[in-house]
Amino acid sequence: MPVTLSHYLLLAGILFAISILGIFLNRKNIILILMAIELMLLAVNINFIAFSYYLGDLAGQIFVFFILTVAAAESAIGLAIIILIFRNYKSINVADLNRLKQ
Amino acid sequence: MMQFSDYIFYFFSSILILASLKVITANNPVYSALSLVLAFFSAAGIWLLLHAEFLAIALVLVYVGAVMVLFLFVVMMLDINLESLKKGFWSYFPFAILIAGVFIVEIYLVVSDKFFLESQIESFGTSKSNTHAIGNILYTDYLLPFQIAAIILLVAIISAIALTMFGHKSHKAIDPKDQIKVRRDDRIRIVKMKSEKR
Repeated sequence: MPVTLSHYLLLAGILFAISILGIFLNRKNIILILMAIELMLLAVNINFIAFSYYLGDLAGQIFVFFILTVAAAESAIGLAIIILIFRNYKSINVADLNRLKQ
Repeated sequence: MMQFSDYIFYFFSSILILASLKVITANNPVYSALSLVLAFFSAAGIWLLLHAEFLAIALVLVYVGAVMVLFLFVVMMLDINLESLKKGFWSYFPFAILIAGVFIVEIYLVVSDKFFLESQIESFGTSKSNTHAIGNILYTDYLLPFQIAAIILLVAIISAIALTMFGHKSHKAIDPKDQIKVRRDDRIRIVKMKSEKR
């Protein structure tokens, strides 16, 4: 079947659904949650680039550029926070992060 | 009639989906990170098919080269107890697969519309290279967002360093807080001893 715009959009949708599944399955592992978020951003970026190609508008690619910037900043800060959490709790299990409850 | 580029699309997208499934089900987070690298590579291939050459190379250089290496560093540095993280892994699986399935079906119903199936490829209208065209509008129409992105990166650098350096002391300066709190007994000790006879 020849590839059309809907193939790219369906691929991005499947990727997004897989990362939702990943957040459900790995709900205790904070690093895997961060990786699933990266996959979600990748799915969104595929959408942007596919529309940019099929509509002939470069603005979509510019937005992907900014999303990449923000995602890099987000993962750097997120990993710094994970290191802090591990230093204080000796664990990265989400279930252990209940200090505010006590 | 399928063209050669269509086969490339199916090849890369099947690798992408298999790699992302491996990311969420791998036993060891290191394997997840490496599978995520493979997913980024195949996504870069798909972006090349869509004539986004600059972003495809930026994805490989920035994501695979920097962000995923950072992930791997953190994963390998932390001493993670894998058993407690894997406990109850499949317990929400039926619920999760239901949500993911409903999501995919909904997306399919939307994107199988005639508009998406029959939309023709519009040319970008220039014979310039992709990088040239992006640079042309990035530094004119999108100059302010570009500078804001730079500020976001600066904030990210500062906050990441500030978060991980907190409480880390590598200098010998005295903390004013400790200096004020100091009392006489902390510094002076009076020793009673008999005077020597001549």
